[in-house]
Amino acid sequence: MINQVLQSLPYIVPELIVTGTLCLVLLLSLMMRKKSDLLVFVAALGLFAALAVLTSQPFASACLFFKMTVIDPFSQFFKLVILFAALIVVLMSRFSDEVNQIKKSLGEYYFLVVSMTLGMMFMVSASNLLMMYLSLELTSLTSYVVVGFIKQSKNSSEASLKYLLYGAFSSGVMLYGISIIYGLTGTMELSGINQVLAQGSANTAMLLIGGIMLLVGFGYKISAVPFHFWTPDVYEGAPTTITAFLSVASKAAGFAMLMRALKIMFLDSSALEIGNEFWPLIHGIPVVEILSVLAVLTMTIGNLVALWQDNVKRLLAYSSIAQAGYMLLGLATISNEGYSAVMLYFIVYLFMNLGAFYVAMLISNTLGSENIHDYKGLGRRAPFLSVSMAVFLVSLTGIPPTAGFIGKWMIFLSLINVKMIGLAVIGVLNSVVSLYYYLRIVRNMFLHEGEKEEVAIRYPLAQQLLLLCLMVPTLYFGIFFNPLIELVQFSVQMFGIK
Amino acid sequence: MHITLTHYLLVSAALFSFGVFAVISKRNAIIVLMGIELILNSANINFLAFSRFGNLNMEGQMAAIFVIILAAAEAAIALAIVLNIFKRFNTVNVDEVSTLKD
Repeated sequence: MINQVLQSLPYIVPELIVTGTLCLVLLLSLMMRKKSDLLVFVAALGLFAALAVLTSQPFASACLFFKMTVIDPFSQFFKLVILFAALIVVLMSRFSDEVNQIKKSLGEYYFLVVSMTLGMMFMVSASNLLMMYLSLELTSLTSYVVVGFIKQSKNSSEASLKYLLYGAFSSGVMLYGISIIYGLTGTMELSGINQVLAQGSANTAMLLIGGIMLLVGFGYKISAVPFHFWTPDVYEGAPTTITAFLSVASKAAGFAMLMRALKIMFLDSSALEIGNEFWPLIHGIPVVEILSVLAVLTMTIGNLVALWQDNVKRLLAYSSIAQAGYMLLGLATISNEGYSAVMLYFIVYLFMNLGAFYVAMLISNTLGSENIHDYKGLGRRAPFLSVSMAVFLVSLTGIPPTAGFIGKWMIFLSLINVKMIGLAVIGVLNSVVSLYYYLRIVRNMFLHEGEKEEVAIRYPLAQQLLLLCLMVPTLYFGIFFNPLIELVQFSVQMFGIK
Repeated sequence: MHITLTHYLLVSAALFSFGVFAVISKRNAIIVLMGIELILNSANINFLAFSRFGNLNMEGQMAAIFVIILAAAEAAIALAIVLNIFKRFNTVNVDEVSTLKD
């Protein structure tokens, strides 16, 4: 027994490094309360080291810790996305006035961000329903606290209460679903469940109920309609850095979990070969229908409600709901091509969404406002910031030559290849709607005169460099996207599947 | 009377329903949290009953232990957040805690 644990350890070195980092951050914050720069440095260095180790073992593929977790190209890919997002968020936090006003407990802030990262890393590699639940809770519990990090602020406290109530409820429902699936199949391990389902002896109605309850937990994490009610309030009330982290990394982890559960539980493994077409699925569960309805609802409601928003964080919250809808479209194809399109979308989404939130944070640092009416005239006062915001928003809409176009293009292409033209049309129409509210921000910045005097706003070089780090990939991957496509086509492989 | 798996499942289903009812109908944050505890414990009963009567392995019992620990951690964090809410808003009524725009 101890042997298996020891054999598993070398595969989780990135997780061990992250764990070490979070202990170190906590210790340092206890010893040296004043030095916040040191904390940023240690956290960023730890995350970077984990990233480096991760990229050095791209072909690792193994089943670890009594089949609780697996290491495969799929999980490695999502860990890469999550660690990179965490690294950017830690650097962003260094520049956030909102976070740095709380000098006394900065150590706890970085500690919590790093522990969230750890939870997400286990989420993407979990191959057992219990492990999925545990790692989801590790992520959730730490994020409840960090959302309410600014204790003095009413908004932040309210956001954390709402996140807590919705989160705890949906993970409770998810747990009940897991217990039903356990009772039906006698195991919580995904491939074991698959074997029992393949025999066809499980009661389909109960299985459907259990599966939908499980979906409540996943849906809450990826903020899919109708489990999205927490999203606008939490995204608006939380510190902007945390909003950015939740909207990218937390969503990526939720999607990875959902993708793995779908593929390993419901794929008919007796079929000979998986091509780019539909996978052969085990009969009885309407997976494609459920996902399609969820995707259409999520896109449409996210986009339509975003039209009426004036607060930029709330607007981006609804936009991120809509983005989750596009990604669900890729899942609904139930094909390797759709899966790799979603993964490509995540790389792109990482840069453009973090970028949009970063600009929103810098602007609220200087203007003290998140209302888009106050963005008027910013095009002249802070040209670089406004231009990069325009790039991120154009990319979020999906217009060439930005990377967002490639992401959307791949998803729609995979839909057309499996002959789901209707869904592709709905997706394109939704993108057209989204153009209106994204460009409203750009129009305010460039085409409207500001009401106050036009004083140029200067930003330190370091802040502009970080912005450049996010903007350049958004443009670069819009033109040179072949390496990305190769990466995702390799990373779509999961452990235990041909 | 002989107690079978069905009895356990009925008790757990009833607990789950009470929990969901509390979450949906009550406005006091503490009572909502109690409802959530009920949901978690109903799932625990399911795990234990399936593990015992279905002649399954110990996985269910193990799951129940993990869930008990998690429920304790969640309660600690939840009460801290509710305490902070009470300090800011002077109420724990979920409906009255709404400064964020709907």
